[in-house]
Amino acid sequence: MNVLINGVPHDLPADATVRRAVQELTSAVAGVAVAVNDEVVRRGAWDSTPLSEHDRVEVLTAVQGG
Amino acid sequence: MSLPPLVEPADELTVDEVRRYSRHLIIPDVGMAGQKRLKNAKVLCVGAGGLGSPALMYLAAAGVGTLGVVDFDVVDESNLQRQIIHGQSDVGRLKAESAAASVREINPLVNVVIHNVALTTDNVMDIFAAYDLIVDGTDNFATRYMVNDAAVLLGKPYIWGSIYRFDGQASVFWAEHGPCYRCLYPEPPPPGMVPSCAEGGVLGVLCASIGSVQVNEAIKLLTGIGEPLVGRLMIYDALEMKYRDVKVRKDPECPLCGKNPTITELIDYEAFCGTISDEAQQAATGSTITAQELKDMIDRDEDIFLVDVREQNEYEIVNIPGAVLIPKGDFLRGVALERLPQDKKIVLHCKSGARSAEALAVVKNAGFSDAVHVGGGVLSWVKTVDPSLPTY
Ligand SMILES: [Zn+2]
Repeated sequence: MNVLINGVPHDLPADATVRRAVQELTSAVAGVAVAVNDEVVRRGAWDSTPLSEHDRVEVLTAVQGG
Repeated sequence: MSLPPLVEPADELTVDEVRRYSRHLIIPDVGMAGQKRLKNAKVLCVGAGGLGSPALMYLAAAGVGTLGVVDFDVVDESNLQRQIIHGQSDVGRLKAESAAASVREINPLVNVVIHNVALTTDNVMDIFAAYDLIVDGTDNFATRYMVNDAAVLLGKPYIWGSIYRFDGQASVFWAEHGPCYRCLYPEPPPPGMVPSCAEGGVLGVLCASIGSVQVNEAIKLLTGIGEPLVGRLMIYDALEMKYRDVKVRKDPECPLCGKNPTITELIDYEAFCGTISDEAQQAATGSTITAQELKDMIDRDEDIFLVDVREQNEYEIVNIPGAVLIPKGDFLRGVALERLPQDKKIVLHCKSGARSAEALAVVKNAGFSDAVHVGGGVLSWVKTVDPSLPTY
Protein backbone atom coordinates (compact mmCIF):
# COMPACT_ATOMS: atom_id res chain seq x y z
CA MET A 1 0.00 0.00 0.00
CA ASN A 2 1.29 3.42 -0.94
CA VAL A 3 0.94 6.32 1.47
CA LEU A 4 2.49 9.77 1.58
CA ILE A 5 4.39 10.44 4.79
CA ASN A 6 5.41 14.10 5.13
CA GLY A 7 5.09 14.42 1.38
CA VAL A 8 7.26 11.40 0.52
CA PRO A 9 5.76 8.16 -0.89
CA HIS A 10 6.23 5.08 1.34
CA ASP A 11 5.31 1.49 0.59
CA LEU A 12 3.66 0.00 3.70
CA PRO A 13 2.08 -3.41 4.40
CA ALA A 14 -1.64 -3.54 3.62
CA ASP A 15 -2.54 -3.78 7.31
CA ALA A 16 -0.35 -0.84 8.41
CA THR A 17 -1.64 1.40 11.19
CA VAL A 18 -0.92 5.03 12.01
CA ARG A 19 1.79 3.90 14.44
CA ARG A 20 3.52 1.98 11.67
CA ALA A 21 3.61 5.13 9.53
CA VAL A 22 5.11 7.15 12.37
CA GLN A 23 7.80 4.50 12.80
CA GLU A 24 8.86 5.03 9.20
CA LEU A 25 10.19 8.43 10.28
CA THR A 26 10.97 8.16 13.97
CA SER A 27 10.98 5.67 16.77
CA ALA A 28 10.11 8.51 19.14
CA VAL A 29 6.58 8.72 20.50
CA ALA A 30 6.72 11.50 23.09
CA GLY A 31 6.40 14.95 21.57
CA VAL A 32 5.06 13.58 18.29
CA ALA A 33 1.62 14.21 16.79
CA VAL A 34 0.32 12.70 13.58
CA ALA A 35 -2.36 13.81 11.17
CA VAL A 36 -3.93 11.59 8.52
CA ASN A 37 -5.66 13.40 5.66
CA ASP A 38 -5.50 16.69 7.60
CA GLU A 39 -6.93 15.36 10.83
CA VAL A 40 -4.87 14.63 13.95
CA VAL A 41 -5.18 11.04 15.22
CA ARG A 42 -5.06 11.03 19.00
CA ARG A 43 -2.20 9.06 20.56
CA GLY A 44 -4.51 6.42 22.04
CA ALA A 45 -5.81 5.54 18.57
CA TRP A 46 -2.50 5.10 16.73
CA ASP A 47 -2.64 1.32 16.98
CA SER A 48 -6.34 0.99 16.15
CA THR A 49 -6.40 3.34 13.17
CA PRO A 50 -5.65 1.55 9.91
CA LEU A 51 -4.27 3.41 6.90
CA SER A 52 -5.68 3.25 3.40
CA GLU A 53 -4.08 3.50 -0.01
CA HIS A 54 -2.97 7.06 -0.84
CA ASP A 55 -3.51 8.39 2.69
CA ARG A 56 -1.59 11.56 3.45
CA VAL A 57 0.22 11.19 6.76
CA GLU A 58 1.84 14.15 8.47
CA VAL A 59 4.18 13.46 11.38
CA LEU A 60 4.62 16.59 13.50
CA THR A 61 7.13 17.30 16.24
CA ALA A 62 6.47 19.61 19.18
CA VAL A 63 8.81 22.58 19.29
CA GLN A 64 9.26 24.82 22.30
CA GLY A 65 10.60 28.08 20.90
CA GLY A 66 8.86 31.38 21.48
CA MET B 1 -17.66 27.03 14.38
CA SER B 2 -18.03 30.64 15.46
CA LEU B 3 -18.04 31.52 19.14
CA PRO B 4 -19.70 34.31 21.10
CA PRO B 5 -17.51 37.31 22.03
CA LEU B 6 -15.32 36.68 25.06
CA VAL B 7 -15.71 40.21 26.43
CA GLU B 8 -18.62 42.57 27.01
CA PRO B 9 -18.27 46.00 25.36
CA ALA B 10 -17.08 49.04 27.34
CA ASP B 11 -19.69 51.75 27.85
CA GLU B 12 -18.22 54.15 25.34
CA LEU B 13 -15.25 55.26 23.30
CA THR B 14 -13.80 58.73 23.86
CA VAL B 15 -13.29 61.15 20.99
CA ASP B 16 -9.56 60.36 21.08
CA GLU B 17 -10.30 56.66 20.84
CA VAL B 18 -12.68 57.11 17.92
CA ARG B 19 -9.96 59.02 16.04
CA ARG B 20 -7.28 56.48 16.87
CA TYR B 21 -9.28 53.37 16.01
CA SER B 22 -11.18 54.74 13.00
CA ARG B 23 -9.76 52.13 10.59
CA HIS B 24 -11.19 49.40 12.83
CA LEU B 25 -14.48 51.21 13.37
CA ILE B 26 -15.29 51.36 9.68
CA ILE B 27 -14.89 47.58 9.27
CA PRO B 28 -18.48 46.39 9.67
CA ASP B 29 -17.47 43.18 11.50
CA VAL B 30 -15.53 45.10 14.13
CA GLY B 31 -17.31 48.43 14.33
CA MET B 32 -18.07 50.35 17.48
CA ALA B 33 -19.19 47.25 19.38
CA GLY B 34 -16.03 45.28 18.57
CA GLN B 35 -13.73 48.15 19.48
CA LYS B 36 -15.55 48.63 22.78
CA ARG B 37 -15.00 44.94 23.50
CA LEU B 38 -11.29 45.34 22.85
CA LYS B 39 -11.25 48.32 25.21
CA ASN B 40 -12.78 46.19 27.93
CA ALA B 41 -10.48 43.23 27.27
CA LYS B 42 -7.70 42.03 29.57
CA VAL B 43 -5.04 40.02 27.75
CA LEU B 44 -1.91 38.52 29.25
CA CYS B 45 1.22 37.79 27.22
CA VAL B 46 3.40 35.14 28.80
CA GLY B 47 6.89 36.03 27.66
CA ALA B 48 8.06 39.30 26.09
CA GLY B 49 10.38 37.53 23.67
CA GLY B 50 10.10 36.49 20.04
CA LEU B 51 6.35 35.85 19.93
CA GLY B 52 5.51 38.23 22.76
CA SER B 53 7.10 41.18 20.93
CA PRO B 54 4.79 41.38 17.91
CA ALA B 55 1.87 40.11 19.99
CA LEU B 56 2.17 42.90 22.57
CA MET B 57 2.80 45.58 19.95
CA TYR B 58 -0.21 44.71 17.79
CA LEU B 59 -2.49 44.07 20.76
CA ALA B 60 -1.50 47.50 22.09
CA ALA B 61 -2.06 49.21 18.76
CA ALA B 62 -5.40 47.44 18.37
CA GLY B 63 -6.65 49.03 21.58
CA VAL B 64 -6.79 46.12 24.00
CA GLY B 65 -7.59 47.97 27.24
CA THR B 66 -5.43 46.01 29.66
CA LEU B 67 -2.26 44.23 28.61
CA GLY B 68 -0.28 42.12 31.08
CA VAL B 69 3.34 41.14 30.50
CA VAL B 70 5.00 38.27 32.35
CA ASP B 71 8.77 37.99 32.01
CA PHE B 72 11.61 37.76 34.51
CA ASP B 73 14.44 37.95 32.00
CA VAL B 74 16.58 40.89 30.92
CA VAL B 75 17.15 42.03 27.35
CA ASP B 76 20.25 40.53 25.78
CA GLU B 77 21.94 41.67 22.60
CA SER B 78 21.17 38.29 20.98
CA ASN B 79 17.44 38.98 21.48
CA LEU B 80 17.40 42.01 19.19
CA GLN B 81 17.47 39.95 15.96
CA ARG B 82 13.80 39.05 16.55
CA GLN B 83 12.41 40.57 19.76
CA ILE B 84 11.44 43.85 18.13
CA ILE B 85 9.65 45.29 21.14
CA HIS B 86 13.11 45.89 22.65
CA GLY B 87 15.76 48.20 21.22
CA GLN B 88 19.50 48.75 21.53
CA SER B 89 19.16 51.02 24.56
CA ASP B 90 17.12 48.35 26.37
CA VAL B 91 19.99 45.85 26.57
CA GLY B 92 20.38 44.89 30.21
CA ARG B 93 16.93 46.18 31.12
CA LEU B 94 14.15 43.94 32.44
CA LYS B 95 12.12 42.67 29.47
CA ALA B 96 8.78 43.32 31.15
CA GLU B 97 9.79 46.97 31.82
CA SER B 98 11.19 47.45 28.34
CA ALA B 99 8.11 45.91 26.72
CA ALA B 100 5.79 48.04 28.84
CA ALA B 101 7.62 51.20 27.76
CA SER B 102 7.19 50.26 24.09
CA VAL B 103 3.51 49.50 24.61
CA ARG B 104 2.98 52.92 26.22
CA GLU B 105 4.75 54.59 23.32
CA ILE B 106 2.60 52.73 20.76
CA ASN B 107 -0.64 53.41 22.62
CA PRO B 108 -0.78 55.45 25.84
CA LEU B 109 -4.44 54.50 26.27
CA VAL B 110 -3.46 50.92 27.18
CA ASN B 111 -3.21 50.02 30.84
CA VAL B 112 -0.02 47.91 31.07
CA VAL B 113 0.42 45.53 33.97
CA ILE B 114 3.98 44.39 34.59
CA HIS B 115 4.54 40.96 36.12
CA ASN B 116 8.28 40.97 36.59
CA VAL B 117 8.39 37.38 37.83
CA ALA B 118 9.06 33.88 36.63
CA LEU B 119 5.75 32.10 36.15
CA THR B 120 5.57 29.24 38.66
CA THR B 121 2.98 26.86 40.01
CA ASP B 122 2.74 29.22 43.02
CA ASN B 123 1.71 32.31 41.07
CA VAL B 124 0.30 31.21 37.72
CA MET B 125 -3.30 30.70 38.85
CA ASP B 126 -3.46 34.09 40.58
CA ILE B 127 -1.88 35.90 37.65
CA PHE B 128 -4.07 34.23 35.00
CA ALA B 129 -7.25 34.77 37.03
CA ALA B 130 -7.23 38.52 36.31
CA TYR B 131 -7.30 38.09 32.51
CA ASP B 132 -9.84 37.12 29.85
CA LEU B 133 -7.32 35.57 27.50
CA ILE B 134 -3.72 34.40 27.58
CA VAL B 135 -1.17 34.49 24.77
CA ASP B 136 1.57 31.88 25.18
CA GLY B 137 4.94 33.03 23.92
CA THR B 138 7.16 31.06 26.27
CA ASP B 139 10.32 29.27 25.20
CA ASN B 140 10.33 25.96 27.05
CA PHE B 141 8.15 22.90 27.37
CA ALA B 142 7.82 23.04 31.17
CA THR B 143 6.21 26.50 31.10
CA ARG B 144 4.10 25.59 28.07
CA TYR B 145 2.51 22.62 29.87
CA MET B 146 2.02 24.75 32.98
CA VAL B 147 0.30 27.50 30.93
CA ASN B 148 -1.95 24.88 29.34
CA ASP B 149 -2.89 23.22 32.59
CA ALA B 150 -3.55 26.50 34.40
CA ALA B 151 -5.72 27.76 31.53
CA VAL B 152 -7.74 24.54 31.42
CA LEU B 153 -8.14 24.42 35.20
CA LEU B 154 -9.34 28.07 35.17
CA GLY B 155 -11.59 27.49 32.15
CA LYS B 156 -9.81 30.19 30.14
CA PRO B 157 -8.91 30.16 26.45
CA TYR B 158 -5.33 30.69 25.40
CA ILE B 159 -3.54 31.21 22.16
CA TRP B 160 -0.58 28.94 21.71
CA GLY B 161 2.26 29.46 19.27
CA SER B 162 5.70 27.91 18.90
CA ILE B 163 8.58 28.43 16.53
CA TYR B 164 11.82 26.79 15.44
CA ARG B 165 14.10 27.77 12.56
CA PHE B 166 11.65 28.18 9.64
CA ASP B 167 8.67 26.36 11.13
CA GLY B 168 5.84 27.59 13.26
CA GLN B 169 2.68 26.14 14.77
CA ALA B 170 -0.27 27.91 16.37
CA SER B 171 -3.64 27.01 17.82
CA VAL B 172 -6.30 28.22 20.21
CA PHE B 173 -6.71 25.85 23.12
CA TRP B 174 -9.99 26.23 24.96
CA ALA B 175 -11.10 23.05 26.70
CA GLU B 176 -14.71 24.21 26.91
CA HIS B 177 -14.99 24.29 23.13
CA GLY B 178 -12.21 22.06 21.85
CA PRO B 179 -8.95 20.28 22.59
CA CYS B 180 -6.08 21.38 24.83
CA TYR B 181 -2.33 21.18 24.24
CA ARG B 182 -2.19 17.75 25.90
CA CYS B 183 -4.83 16.41 23.49
CA LEU B 184 -2.39 17.25 20.70
CA TYR B 185 0.93 16.51 22.42
CA PRO B 186 0.26 14.34 25.50
CA GLU B 187 3.82 14.81 26.68
CA PRO B 188 6.94 16.74 25.58
CA PRO B 189 9.76 15.15 23.63
CA PRO B 190 12.49 13.67 25.83
CA PRO B 191 15.15 16.18 26.92
CA GLY B 192 17.70 16.70 24.20
CA MET B 193 15.52 15.39 21.38
CA VAL B 194 14.22 18.78 20.25
CA PRO B 195 16.57 21.75 20.45
CA SER B 196 15.39 25.13 21.69
CA CYS B 197 15.78 28.29 19.58
CA ALA B 198 18.89 29.08 21.62
CA GLU B 199 20.46 25.86 20.33
CA GLY B 200 18.90 25.46 16.91
CA GLY B 201 18.27 29.03 15.87
CA VAL B 202 15.18 30.77 14.58
CA LEU B 203 14.52 33.06 11.66
CA GLY B 204 13.74 36.43 13.25
CA VAL B 205 10.76 37.29 11.10
CA LEU B 206 9.15 33.92 11.88
CA CYS B 207 8.18 35.49 15.21
CA ALA B 208 6.04 38.02 13.32
CA SER B 209 4.45 35.33 11.16
CA ILE B 210 3.29 33.32 14.15
CA GLY B 211 2.88 36.21 16.64
CA SER B 212 0.54 37.98 14.22
CA VAL B 213 -1.56 34.82 13.85
CA GLN B 214 -1.85 34.79 17.63
CA VAL B 215 -3.00 38.44 17.72
CA ASN B 216 -5.41 37.79 14.87
CA GLU B 217 -6.99 34.97 16.87
CA ALA B 218 -7.03 37.08 20.05
CA ILE B 219 -9.01 39.83 18.33
CA LYS B 220 -11.44 37.30 16.86
CA LEU B 221 -12.06 35.64 20.23
CA LEU B 222 -12.43 38.93 22.10
CA THR B 223 -14.90 40.37 19.59
CA GLY B 224 -16.59 37.13 18.54
CA ILE B 225 -15.90 37.37 14.82
CA GLY B 226 -14.80 34.83 12.24
CA GLU B 227 -13.80 31.20 12.63
CA PRO B 228 -11.49 30.88 15.61
CA LEU B 229 -8.50 28.52 15.46
CA VAL B 230 -10.18 26.24 18.03
CA GLY B 231 -9.80 22.56 17.19
CA ARG B 232 -7.34 23.32 14.42
CA LEU B 233 -3.56 23.37 14.37
CA MET B 234 -2.05 25.93 12.02
CA ILE B 235 1.28 24.85 10.56
CA TYR B 236 3.52 27.36 8.83
CA ASP B 237 6.54 26.60 6.68
CA ALA B 238 8.47 29.75 5.85
CA LEU B 239 10.73 28.09 3.28
CA GLU B 240 7.82 26.67 1.29
CA MET B 241 5.72 29.73 2.21
CA LYS B 242 2.74 27.60 3.14
CA TYR B 243 0.12 27.94 5.84
CA ARG B 244 -1.89 24.74 6.35
CA ASP B 245 -4.19 23.60 9.08
CA VAL B 246 -5.14 20.20 10.42
CA LYS B 247 -8.14 19.34 12.53
CA VAL B 248 -7.52 18.47 16.20
CA ARG B 249 -10.24 16.85 18.23
CA LYS B 250 -10.58 16.70 21.98
CA ASP B 251 -9.05 13.46 23.20
CA PRO B 252 -11.63 11.75 25.43
CA GLU B 253 -8.67 10.12 27.20
CA CYS B 254 -6.86 13.45 27.78
CA PRO B 255 -5.59 13.32 31.38
CA LEU B 256 -6.48 17.00 31.82
CA CYS B 257 -9.60 17.84 29.78
CA GLY B 258 -10.87 14.34 28.93
CA LYS B 259 -13.77 12.37 30.41
CA ASN B 260 -11.89 11.02 33.43
CA PRO B 261 -9.19 13.57 34.18
CA THR B 262 -6.28 12.41 36.33
CA ILE B 263 -4.62 15.84 36.43
CA THR B 264 -6.88 17.98 38.59
CA GLU B 265 -4.32 20.44 39.87
CA LEU B 266 -0.94 21.81 38.77
CA ILE B 267 1.91 19.29 38.75
CA ASP B 268 5.72 19.45 38.93
CA TYR B 269 6.49 20.63 35.38
CA GLU B 270 10.26 20.45 35.67
CA ALA B 271 9.96 16.77 36.55
CA PHE B 272 7.27 16.17 33.90
CA CYS B 273 9.44 17.65 31.17
CA GLY B 274 12.71 16.28 32.51
CA THR B 275 14.15 19.79 32.53
CA ILE B 276 17.93 19.73 32.41
CA SER B 277 20.86 22.13 32.58
CA ASP B 278 22.03 24.02 29.49
CA GLU B 279 25.22 21.98 29.52
CA ALA B 280 23.29 18.70 29.54
CA GLN B 281 20.93 19.99 26.88
CA GLN B 282 23.89 20.92 24.71
CA ALA B 283 25.51 17.51 25.20
CA ALA B 284 22.25 15.75 24.36
CA THR B 285 21.52 17.73 21.20
CA GLY B 286 22.38 15.49 18.28
CA SER B 287 23.52 12.75 20.66
CA THR B 288 20.15 11.38 21.73
CA ILE B 289 18.95 8.02 20.47
CA THR B 290 15.56 6.41 20.95
CA ALA B 291 14.99 3.19 22.87
CA GLN B 292 14.18 1.48 19.59
CA GLU B 293 17.51 2.61 18.15
CA LEU B 294 19.26 1.15 21.19
CA LYS B 295 17.40 -2.12 20.62
CA ASP B 296 18.54 -2.12 16.99
CA MET B 297 22.15 -1.54 18.09
CA ILE B 298 21.92 -4.45 20.51
CA ASP B 299 20.30 -6.68 17.88
CA ARG B 300 23.03 -5.84 15.38
CA ASP B 301 25.55 -6.78 18.06
CA GLU B 302 27.25 -3.39 17.86
CA ASP B 303 30.23 -2.74 20.08
CA ILE B 304 28.55 -0.57 22.70
CA PHE B 305 29.00 -0.09 26.44
CA LEU B 306 25.56 0.49 27.94
CA VAL B 307 25.53 2.34 31.25
CA ASP B 308 22.51 2.76 33.52
CA VAL B 309 23.11 5.95 35.54
CA ARG B 310 20.20 5.45 37.96
CA GLU B 311 20.42 4.19 41.55
CA GLN B 312 20.68 0.55 42.68
CA ASN B 313 17.06 0.35 43.86
CA GLU B 314 15.76 1.65 40.55
CA TYR B 315 17.95 -0.83 38.68
CA GLU B 316 16.38 -3.62 40.68
CA ILE B 317 12.85 -2.55 39.72
CA VAL B 318 13.55 -2.69 36.01
CA ASN B 319 16.65 -2.62 33.83
CA ILE B 320 17.72 -2.93 30.24
CA PRO B 321 19.51 -6.25 29.58
CA GLY B 322 23.27 -5.80 29.44
CA ALA B 323 23.35 -2.39 31.15
CA VAL B 324 26.08 -1.72 33.71
CA LEU B 325 24.96 0.32 36.72
CA ILE B 326 27.08 3.42 37.42
CA PRO B 327 24.98 6.06 39.25
CA LYS B 328 25.01 9.62 37.92
CA GLY B 329 26.74 10.88 41.07
CA ASP B 330 29.83 8.85 40.14
CA PHE B 331 30.00 10.76 36.87
CA LEU B 332 29.64 14.14 38.55
CA ARG B 333 32.40 13.20 41.02
CA GLY B 334 34.53 11.99 38.11
CA VAL B 335 35.10 8.49 39.51
CA ALA B 336 32.94 6.80 36.85
CA LEU B 337 35.19 7.69 33.93
CA GLU B 338 37.87 5.10 34.68
CA ARG B 339 35.25 2.37 34.36
CA LEU B 340 34.44 3.32 30.76
CA PRO B 341 36.21 1.39 27.99
CA GLN B 342 38.00 3.59 25.44
CA ASP B 343 37.27 1.30 22.49
CA LYS B 344 33.49 1.05 22.72
CA LYS B 345 30.70 3.48 21.99
CA ILE B 346 29.27 4.68 25.30
CA VAL B 347 25.47 4.63 25.59
CA LEU B 348 23.93 6.11 28.74
CA HIS B 349 20.38 5.80 30.03
CA CYS B 350 18.38 6.63 33.13
CA LYS B 351 14.66 6.63 33.93
CA SER B 352 13.45 9.38 31.58
CA GLY B 353 16.53 10.91 29.97
CA ALA B 354 17.31 13.85 32.26
CA ARG B 355 20.04 12.30 34.43
CA SER B 356 21.64 10.51 31.50
CA ALA B 357 21.89 13.85 29.67
CA GLU B 358 23.79 15.30 32.64
CA ALA B 359 26.13 12.33 32.76
CA LEU B 360 26.53 12.61 28.99
CA ALA B 361 27.88 16.15 29.37
CA VAL B 362 30.58 14.80 31.71
CA VAL B 363 31.40 11.85 29.45
CA LYS B 364 31.66 14.03 26.34
CA ASN B 365 33.84 16.56 28.15
CA ALA B 366 36.16 13.67 29.03
CA GLY B 367 36.69 13.00 25.33
CA PHE B 368 34.13 10.31 24.55
CA SER B 369 32.82 12.39 21.67
CA ASP B 370 30.60 9.70 20.10
CA ALA B 371 28.79 8.92 23.35
CA VAL B 372 25.01 9.10 23.26
CA HIS B 373 22.12 8.82 25.69
CA VAL B 374 18.68 7.27 25.35
CA GLY B 375 15.87 9.83 25.14
CA GLY B 376 13.04 8.86 27.44
CA GLY B 377 15.26 6.37 29.28
CA VAL B 378 14.10 3.01 30.54
CA LEU B 379 10.49 4.23 30.54
CA SER B 380 10.70 4.62 26.80
CA TRP B 381 12.35 1.20 26.54
CA VAL B 382 9.42 -0.38 28.35
CA LYS B 383 6.90 1.53 26.24
CA THR B 384 8.39 0.88 22.83
CA VAL B 385 10.60 -2.21 23.13
CA ASP B 386 9.39 -4.45 25.94
CA PRO B 387 5.97 -3.57 27.37
CA SER B 388 6.10 -6.69 29.55
CA LEU B 389 8.56 -4.96 31.91
CA PRO B 390 7.33 -3.02 34.97
CA THR B 391 7.51 0.80 35.19
CA TYR B 392 7.72 3.00 38.27
ZN1 LIG C 1 -6.88 17.93 26.60
